[in-house]
Amino acid sequence: MRFSPAAGIGLVLSRFMGLGRKYGVEWWILLAGALIVLAILSMALFSGVIAPFNPYNQNTGPQLAPPGGKHLMGTDNLQRDVWSRIVYGSQTILRVAVLAAIISSVFGIILGLISGFWGGIFDRVLSLIMDSIYSFPGLILAIAFAAMLGPGVINITLAVAVIYIPTYFRLVRGQTLSIKEELYVEAARAIGASGPTILWKYIFPNVIATTVVVYTLNIADAIMIEAALTYLGLGLPPDIVDWGMDLAMGKKFLPSGQWWLITFPGAMVSILALGFTMLGEGLAEILNPRLLER
Amino acid sequence: MTTILEIDDLAVHFPISIGTVRAVEGVNLKLEQGEVMGLVGETGCGKSTLGFSILRILRPPGNIVRGRILYHGDDIVQMNEKELLSLRGSRIAMIFQDPLTSLNPLFRIDEQFTETLLTHKKELDRKTAFNRAERMLESLGISPERLLEYPHQMSGGMRQRIMIGMGLILNPDLLIADEPTTSLDVIVEAQFLDLLNDLRKQYNLTILLITHNLGNVAQLADRIAVMYGGTIAEIGPTEDIFEKPLHPYTKGLLSSIPNIKLDQPKLITMPGSPPDLVNPPPGCVFHPRCPHAMEICRSQKPDVLQKDGRLVTCWLYG
Amino acid sequence: MGNLSRYVITRVLLTIPMVFILLTTVFVVLRIMPGDPVGTMLGGHAPESVIEKKKEELGLNRPMAIQYVNYLWQVCRLDFGDSMVFKQRVTKAITEKLPATIELTTFGMIITILLGVLLGAYAADKRRSPQDNFIRLYGIVIFCIPVYWLGLMLQLIFGIWLDILPIAGRTGPRVFASTFEKTGFYVLDTILVRDFSALRDVLIHLILPSFTLGMVLSGIFVRLTRANMLDVLKADYILAAEARGLKHRVIVYKHALKNAFIPVLTMFGLQFALLMAGAVLTESTFSWPGMGRLLVERIYLRDYPTIQGVIIMFALIVAMVSLIVDIIYAIVDPRIRY
Repeated sequence: MRFSPAAGIGLVLSRFMGLGRKYGVEWWILLAGALIVLAILSMALFSGVIAPFNPYNQNTGPQLAPPGGKHLMGTDNLQRDVWSRIVYGSQTILRVAVLAAIISSVFGIILGLISGFWGGIFDRVLSLIMDSIYSFPGLILAIAFAAMLGPGVINITLAVAVIYIPTYFRLVRGQTLSIKEELYVEAARAIGASGPTILWKYIFPNVIATTVVVYTLNIADAIMIEAALTYLGLGLPPDIVDWGMDLAMGKKFLPSGQWWLITFPGAMVSILALGFTMLGEGLAEILNPRLLER
Repeated sequence: MTTILEIDDLAVHFPISIGTVRAVEGVNLKLEQGEVMGLVGETGCGKSTLGFSILRILRPPGNIVRGRILYHGDDIVQMNEKELLSLRGSRIAMIFQDPLTSLNPLFRIDEQFTETLLTHKKELDRKTAFNRAERMLESLGISPERLLEYPHQMSGGMRQRIMIGMGLILNPDLLIADEPTTSLDVIVEAQFLDLLNDLRKQYNLTILLITHNLGNVAQLADRIAVMYGGTIAEIGPTEDIFEKPLHPYTKGLLSSIPNIKLDQPKLITMPGSPPDLVNPPPGCVFHPRCPHAMEICRSQKPDVLQKDGRLVTCWLYG
Repeated sequence: MGNLSRYVITRVLLTIPMVFILLTTVFVVLRIMPGDPVGTMLGGHAPESVIEKKKEELGLNRPMAIQYVNYLWQVCRLDFGDSMVFKQRVTKAITEKLPATIELTTFGMIITILLGVLLGAYAADKRRSPQDNFIRLYGIVIFCIPVYWLGLMLQLIFGIWLDILPIAGRTGPRVFASTFEKTGFYVLDTILVRDFSALRDVLIHLILPSFTLGMVLSGIFVRLTRANMLDVLKADYILAAEARGLKHRVIVYKHALKNAFIPVLTMFGLQFALLMAGAVLTESTFSWPGMGRLLVERIYLRDYPTIQGVIIMFALIVAMVSLIVDIIYAIVDPRIRY
């Protein structure tokens, strides 16, 4: 696959306009994913407007009230409004997941480009390291990081970011290796373009377009990892509103049947992850028409 | 002579997203007991689809929309799954283009043989089935020990012989050979055609030989059916077809065979490309490429005409 | 078999650098990365002298190279020192918890493969039907459900509302620990002493955790099996098998599935890491006394040597499974011989 970003977007648009009818199912996936992501994104951006209560406010109503009335999703044991905490919690999880994806993509793409373009012993060693990190359970790596770094938004972001670097590295390195052999790169080399110029002007634009899909799928996974870390009680200080932490707290009330305390935060994690996954799947189907044959 | 297979106005369509591919459109064909019928045409003319529809193993979304396929008088198109299963393999056998991919790579040859036998002959036990497979291999000139090997351990020619052995082990009377030699090299191809000729006598087989290789049919076939754009252009005895082709397409096909004896300045090719079967041209499907196209060819489909004891679908003879 | 054993030996030798790099990665994460593990471990407000003393004790203020050699030597002896919190060898803590994790992942794996492969094969066979669409949807959605939340919801439904399955632990209160002295694998132990009421109890406790773990990963396998099956069903040998009059069921579930299963197996090697990660979370949710719960507990207790030991153990397990998967791969596919 060779795409420049502009051509990629053009392709997306032309397919969206022209062929949407033909591949109905796939289009719904993309659209539904985009809608979910937009909805939760606006939840994070306009939390103050959407949430009826302050998420920290401990006197919003009765203790452990079931959903209904002025508490859409009920209240917790500290009389806080669950819905308001959900709304504000979207800020934390989106910030961590998106930032982690950016950090890991920057590192992964740069290392992948260098490694694939120049090769040699550096490439061999780096590939081996990346492959071994890739084979290690990402969550356990993130747990180790989070435990070493201690709680904090930046720390949890770093802990999540580390585990995706190999994903980008492997993808970009492979792409670089194949694009390097393309005729137009050979031609550029023949007219005397320097290594960095080729890398920046010819290889990077082609590589970046294909990482888009990985990027959205990566955010989906990062969302689940972030919530997993905070569910385990790692990564964030207790004074931050977070879905995973609310889930861990709600877990204590499961035996007594206060279902709303676990149902809503967990459902939100799933929905958000699903949104990004569907977005990524939809994009993949469009950018890689071969998949449509199936 | 008895008719073993009679195809009557068969149409096979593939509904796809951009329309309907009319892969086979109104084909009539008769096979007599013991003959070899060569079905010739370009890639994509519907000849393989025709072969698949005889066994009703069309890949989705392909389906038979019209017509009858009478095998000893029974209509295959109307058969249910159970009747079809007992037909396939035991009465009608089929071998395919690429012997390298026609055998399941993960099962040993003996397993693939015995499985076929045991499916059709419930009364057999594994041991007898194995012995039968051994004998079959021997008769095909392959050492029986090779039954214990996997397909990837054998050459292409050997695998094609295995395929035919698997087809014939239940004594079918009709064999559909879909481009059986396309992927074999020339020497193996000649050996295989000889083998096919021997087996034909030995098993009293009727063979439908589907191919785009005119050399193959010249060697083996009693009669030839030429197919173009989902329809039969011409049917006749092999010698007649080669010596005096009637249909302009057949003429074009024959003249595009490079001939070493004639001092040809360059290879003769047919102008144009095969028809778009989603939107076939109106009238005769061949008219856009036909050097003799007339006004009527552009608007009306030609009828099947009798000419010198042959069948030809062309207005030139109407 | 000569070929195969040679392949196995080569593959074992190839595992060594992989293990080495994994161990080095763990070392880098735990020792060299910015941040002060011991300071963090001791709660952030511990006086400098206490931190220094602890570091001295753990050998953390020696030169990196010496620490690294010591570290590798520890791994070779499978001896990770003493716990910082309890009077206990780390190795002992791990060996006590390991069977629980292996039992959980084994059952989870079985459910993943059964669900994933069978649903995927069925969906491919019934391509474009409502069943197919439903299974595809399941494949996408289940993959996005965090394993811990699925666990909690299953606990809520089957443990609280319907009240038919236990939601925590490996056994009920009435099953005595003395039954489980042989291997630590409760299913095996109960069978060995022929205590079938205990076996029943153990299996009942396994249902929810292993389904939780198995279902989440099954999504990937549904999709992968379906995609592979669609490719395989187009293969010539499938058509040829059909032409020989084999039954549809035999063609799909014997001929096609075996071929489609090979890439699934490769994928399994890669996905095993996800299974381990899922096990850590499942153990936390179901109070399952395994390695994952040990890890999380000891992080709360800031027990550095145990944390290190558990993570190394995970690394060794991952390397071992990838080795085993490759060997199975070579046995299933006769074409693979190196």
